[in-house]
Amino acid sequence: MEVKSLELNTEQLMEIYYFMRLGRAIEERLELLYKGGRLPGAIYLGRGQEAIEVGASYALEPGDVLAPTHRDMMSQLPRGITAREVFAQHYARANSLTHGKGEDNYQGDLKRGTFATVSMLPNFYPVATGAALAFKLRKEKRVAMPYSGEGATSRGDWHESLNIASVQNLPVVFIVINNGYAYSTPVNKEMKVANVADRACAYAMPGVVVDGNDVLECYREVKKAVERARDGGGPTLIEAKTMRMRGHAGHDPAKYMATEIIDLWTRRDPIVRFENYLTDRGLLSEESKQGVINRVTSEVEDAVRFAEESPYPEGKEAIEDVYAQ
Amino acid sequence: MSTRNDQKETSYIDAISQALWEEMERDPGVFMMGEDIGIYGGAFKVTQGFIDHFGPERIIETPIAEEGFIGMAVGAALMGMRPVVEVQYADFISCGWDQIVNTAAKMHYRTREAVPMVIRGPSGAGLRAGPFHSQSPEGWFAHVPGLKVIVPGTPYDAKGLLKAAIRDNNPVIYFEHKYLYRRLKEVLPTEDYTVPIGKADVQRAGDDVTIVTYGAMLQTAMEAASKAQEKGISVEVVDLRTIYPLDKETILNSVAKTNKAIMLYEDTRTLGIGAEVSAIIAEEGFENLDGPIIRVSSPDAPVPYSPPLEDFFLPQVDDVLAAIDKLSAY
Repeated sequence: MEVKSLELNTEQLMEIYYFMRLGRAIEERLELLYKGGRLPGAIYLGRGQEAIEVGASYALEPGDVLAPTHRDMMSQLPRGITAREVFAQHYARANSLTHGKGEDNYQGDLKRGTFATVSMLPNFYPVATGAALAFKLRKEKRVAMPYSGEGATSRGDWHESLNIASVQNLPVVFIVINNGYAYSTPVNKEMKVANVADRACAYAMPGVVVDGNDVLECYREVKKAVERARDGGGPTLIEAKTMRMRGHAGHDPAKYMATEIIDLWTRRDPIVRFENYLTDRGLLSEESKQGVINRVTSEVEDAVRFAEESPYPEGKEAIEDVYAQ
Repeated sequence: MSTRNDQKETSYIDAISQALWEEMERDPGVFMMGEDIGIYGGAFKVTQGFIDHFGPERIIETPIAEEGFIGMAVGAALMGMRPVVEVQYADFISCGWDQIVNTAAKMHYRTREAVPMVIRGPSGAGLRAGPFHSQSPEGWFAHVPGLKVIVPGTPYDAKGLLKAAIRDNNPVIYFEHKYLYRRLKEVLPTEDYTVPIGKADVQRAGDDVTIVTYGAMLQTAMEAASKAQEKGISVEVVDLRTIYPLDKETILNSVAKTNKAIMLYEDTRTLGIGAEVSAIIAEEGFENLDGPIIRVSSPDAPVPYSPPLEDFFLPQVDDVLAAIDKLSAY
């Protein structure tokens, strides 16, 4: 099968830029809607994580599967999840991907190779590992990629997944987004190791640390791991160092985060960095940048209108689809 | 795998092995995961010889990681496989609880994607195995919407229900009572058959009192029914077979006939299956009752190890007879 190369062409670079901008525009609107009391549920923003969110999942091919968490909506955009689907989900409408049953960012679509997460994390580490097992049993050249925050790496099934994936030599690329905090708990209270990726040696697999705010480094390192897995080389653990630039959820002002830290990471904004990269190479002008911003803004406008005009499910649907036929 | 001779009686455990073997032959999407199920053939030898025939790709020996491999089964099922997971003892299923109740059970509800998987394991007491190898955890799972729960009481049902479970498009919890493994035998049909999930079975017809039971307690109920017959009391025994979804119709029809009901279950008393069946009878069969619904169950305690303790703990034939006598007054 044909896969994307490590060095991306202009069209692909601009596509990545578009996804990052779209992700941020969606989240900014979600934040406004949440603060305005327009959403029935919660919001979990990944602002500041755009580079790893988009860069890693962009390395997948159409037949592969992505298993995001509640904070990784942006990772689903390269899989084809649309702004309309994201807002319909938050607005709890009948036409959302989970039919009003699932909340917030918990959308997915197996046909487009992305799971609908649950709140318990990292539950999709084992699930993605099992998907990879199915690929291996059927001799399909497909790859599974679960995301996890560094917070969930403290749980047993995170380790169980890495262990079994290694023992069974499964095509999995384990992504850890180390964004500094598990809700309010800083990394130094979560673990003693300097890097989550250091744990890879315990499972005899490569462990890679990437700059989680550099989208091209994220893409390249993940792509190498994806194609290694596809070729039977087994799993890889990739840790992206970044910062969660908002609280755990919309209600959390994150007063536990020092302003110096926020200021430091604001200067490392992954979108600004990528814009500088593109501009330096003559790929992005002020005009074309504004074009992308206008495009995502109107997409978000359309998606919000679409969601608000979409009907709620009927109450009686609450007891439907508990079981498959 | 024991040799199959269809004229011979098949034990409860061999019926389970046969169901697994035949389903793996029938459908290449079926595969197994569990601890020691390969060369060793499983702790109870349910999968003896499987790895030689089906190979290590489909008979996957896992590390001790229930949460991990149960979650993996969810992922494989979502990718179109039909995994069958063995938990070495039903007690250990609690180690994989989260994946079962939060990931597997709620998937179809949210996404309309099927999760066809079976988790099976030996449950039940009576073997002096102590608090961690004797539990009857079916009630935990019957309380979780999205799961089906099966506890067969005969070799015929064990085979037919396991086949039905593997072919079902939902996560199914299947507990096989280890006390019955080599104690129960019967001649099974030579042809392929399934037993429908969600259908109870009247194991013995009677007129005076209904015992609703399942699992190994079916044997206790049948023995009590024979003894009661000697005193001229005609007992009907309903074997639930499937714990969820419950077959309300068969239960209510029986009580409509006998007008008296005893719930006999090995699980602990509070919120056990007998409590739910009692509520169904009280709500929907109240007009037919001539006396109180009586629960005969294990007490609200862990399963003890020492023989006199375990014998005291488990419902005995005499306990059932005492309940029958009590209902005779009505």
